[in-house]
Amino acid sequence: MANVLVVAEHLDGALRKVTRSVITFARDAAELTGGDVDVLLLGSDVDAVAEELAQYGVSRVLYANDSAYANYLAENYAPAIAAAAEETDAAIVCAPASTTGKDLLPRVAASLEAGMVSDAISVSDDDGLKFRRPLWAGNVITTVEVVTPVKVVSVRTTDFDAAEPSGDATPVESFDPGVAPSETAEFVSFDQVKSERPELTDAEVVVAGGRGLRSGENFEMIMDLADTLGGAVGASRAAVDSGYAPNDWQIGQTGKVVAPQLYFAVAISGAIQHLAGMKGSQNIVAINTDPDAPIFQVSDYGLVADAFEAVPELTEKLQKLVD
Amino acid sequence: MKILTTVKRVTDPDMKVKIKPDQSGVVTEGVEYKMNSFDEYGVEEAIAIKEEHGGEVVAVSIGPSQSTKELRTAMAMGADRAILVETDADLDSDAVARVLTEIVQREEPDVILMGKQSVDSDRSQAAQLLASYLDWPQATFAYDVEVADGWATVGREVDGGTSTKRIRLPGIITADLRLNEPRYASLPGIMKAKRKPLETLTPDDLGVDIAPRVNVLKFEAPEEREAGEILEDVDELVDRLKNEANVI
Repeated sequence: MANVLVVAEHLDGALRKVTRSVITFARDAAELTGGDVDVLLLGSDVDAVAEELAQYGVSRVLYANDSAYANYLAENYAPAIAAAAEETDAAIVCAPASTTGKDLLPRVAASLEAGMVSDAISVSDDDGLKFRRPLWAGNVITTVEVVTPVKVVSVRTTDFDAAEPSGDATPVESFDPGVAPSETAEFVSFDQVKSERPELTDAEVVVAGGRGLRSGENFEMIMDLADTLGGAVGASRAAVDSGYAPNDWQIGQTGKVVAPQLYFAVAISGAIQHLAGMKGSQNIVAINTDPDAPIFQVSDYGLVADAFEAVPELTEKLQKLVD
Repeated sequence: MKILTTVKRVTDPDMKVKIKPDQSGVVTEGVEYKMNSFDEYGVEEAIAIKEEHGGEVVAVSIGPSQSTKELRTAMAMGADRAILVETDADLDSDAVARVLTEIVQREEPDVILMGKQSVDSDRSQAAQLLASYLDWPQATFAYDVEVADGWATVGREVDGGTSTKRIRLPGIITADLRLNEPRYASLPGIMKAKRKPLETLTPDDLGVDIAPRVNVLKFEAPEEREAGEILEDVDELVDRLKNEANVI
């Protein structure tokens, strides 16, 4: 028992990029355990996702194609994953630390009598497997070990590069978990925020606004700047709490974690809870009227300026460069 | 309707934690504690459900004896009574879930409201583990809860948008930010809370072995980012982004 099982995540009939980062984590882990990397796909008629998963040089791709998995429900997915973990002799079961992964994996851990690591940022072998994970809004990193034979891990995907296709295609095996659907949980709807912009967690450029913008309408200039650079739009928790931005945009300890090439923090003071979600970005630009705002302690480039003047000017000048 | 809600005593999230020199934990001297902010949303929702449907709200905490302060706060907000499972050990999520499983079997609530995560350990596991141990359905990251006819309809914050799920009670719901606005404890509420029953138990009393499945070996500070420069104007910013960072 040394194999690593990756639970794939997909949206709109396409593999989510976060899964490719988990495959990289799984390769790191399998190298240490001396096992294989296997992938489980649960869904209904997502053959294209199965074909894509076959391109990453993994050992097995198990595909449970069933209408019961058309919509995600932890109550139905968790027992199926536990069955797949047994089928593949998995020592580690992992998935992205997305909202789905966070909802799902503890139930898998309970079924497998496994200890679980949340938000792993590394795996190593130092007299047994060790994982590192952030807590206290990223102000502390702990090194942990899991004492149970099976270990369940949610992976902080910003810390692992997305796996590239490699090697020969893996044959896709159909897999029947043999699990009856839950009678106590029902999926009602998924209301997707449709956007032409890239997903926050995948974007190379993220432009985020804070409470200093003072209204939802003023987020227009954040969107304009993001669109100029083909970026995604984010927000601080304070802006979400104030109703200026949807929760799906929230970056920080209790929202999403991003690590783009270029991050703009506009009218964001930089509470530690926000820094937890963006300080891994490669280049950070901060625009704030308050020269003492903590955001300037982590930014590479700071502008002490009124966002209402600086952002439109910046958008215009960048637009000329891009054109 | 009987509603159970959980309350964790955590370090003040607005204070920067310091790590002990021997890396065995964080410094606790001189640190302020308060109720985990997501638990405040959970307690508020529990009270709101009681106000609509009638019944009783029981607040539960696992932690040191000082956690009675956070339980009194929950009762000052409106919880009817409280249970402290007293331990100085730092439990992992699995042990928390196993302790709560015993409490649930004693109390037999119809619904459990918990915070979606605690802002110290940031694990977001206990509620889902508990749901699994009880073989109950779960609705995590709730921003909207409607209870009717033995079911809860829950709006959930998920990647890419929102989702709605129905769970048959008994079930577990975890609170996210937009769920409600937690009320402040009123002065009469605080006075009343002093007389509300607070039962203290230990994990031993409940027959739960709290040995962890996940051992924490070392605490470290993350690599600090160095503060960069304050620039003159937008032109300089554009120039640096293009010619120094090479990101445009």
